[in-house]
Amino acid sequence: MQIQTTQHDHQIAKLAALAIALHMIEALIPSPIPGVKPGIANIVTLYVLYQFGFASAAWVSILRVFASSLLLGQFLSPTFVLSLSGALCSLGALWLAIMLPKRLFTAVSLSVIAAFAHIAGQLLVVRLWLIPHAGVSYLIPLFAIAALIFGVVNGVITNVILQQTQRGNAG
Amino acid sequence: MSNLLNRSGAIYRQLRAGDWLIIIFSLAITLLLFQTLWTNEHASKVQVRLGDTVYGTYSLNQNRDIVIEGGIGTSVISIAQGKVRFSKSPCHNQYCVHQGWLVRAGQAAICLPNQISLELIGENKPYDSLNY
Repeated sequence: MQIQTTQHDHQIAKLAALAIALHMIEALIPSPIPGVKPGIANIVTLYVLYQFGFASAAWVSILRVFASSLLLGQFLSPTFVLSLSGALCSLGALWLAIMLPKRLFTAVSLSVIAAFAHIAGQLLVVRLWLIPHAGVSYLIPLFAIAALIFGVVNGVITNVILQQTQRGNAG
Repeated sequence: MSNLLNRSGAIYRQLRAGDWLIIIFSLAITLLLFQTLWTNEHASKVQVRLGDTVYGTYSLNQNRDIVIEGGIGTSVISIAQGKVRFSKSPCHNQYCVHQGWLVRAGQAAICLPNQISLELIGENKPYDSLNY
């Protein structure tokens, strides 16, 4: 039996592979505070969101979470659950945020919103399941400042990539 | 390289009104979080939790070691001179021990493997609104 695949499926698979690679690279970078990561794989999610729409972005994001956790040996571990809840919250926020007028909001807005949604999703799991009291609240401001900085940086990179792509298509 | 420098100006210009709105709004939230969650108040008590129950609350005005049997072994928590730390833990990663001495209200050390956590409490708990 052969599964019929479309050109679009291949495109999504390639981009998901890129996101997984970025996720792997990031896993090697030591972090000063557990849980603070730049989230460079989100650049791919944002790019796909702008180029192919929400459904494709959701595929790339969820595929990345599952495949990366399998590769890192974290599948179904707390790390995986945190990653998944962060990704799902991010996607939910992006689903709403992509409706913002493009004239006023670029990928920077979406990236910052997604980053904050990501930490909110993770903290929800931490609070409800892993550490069911206010102990982590001390770290929340650090997560927030990291989300803001990395959100802006990732958004700017996404903007540049999107501009390059458009220029490439035009020329 | 010069291409990159040229682009840094372009990056500043590529942000639109809505982006600035989102950034300023996020910055305001972040500052608010710092203000509410990071107090400089010295803690007076430490609350020790084992699993999902409170094991005990101890004054920091004493020097003593607390020995607790957790999920995987014996942890030792030391209180001295208004500070508290994990001084011994059976866990593999030793994150809790490496966190060192805690002094401020709201600080916490958590040992997930052994299911023991410390939380420092001041005269008034700084984030009551987050407890439910």
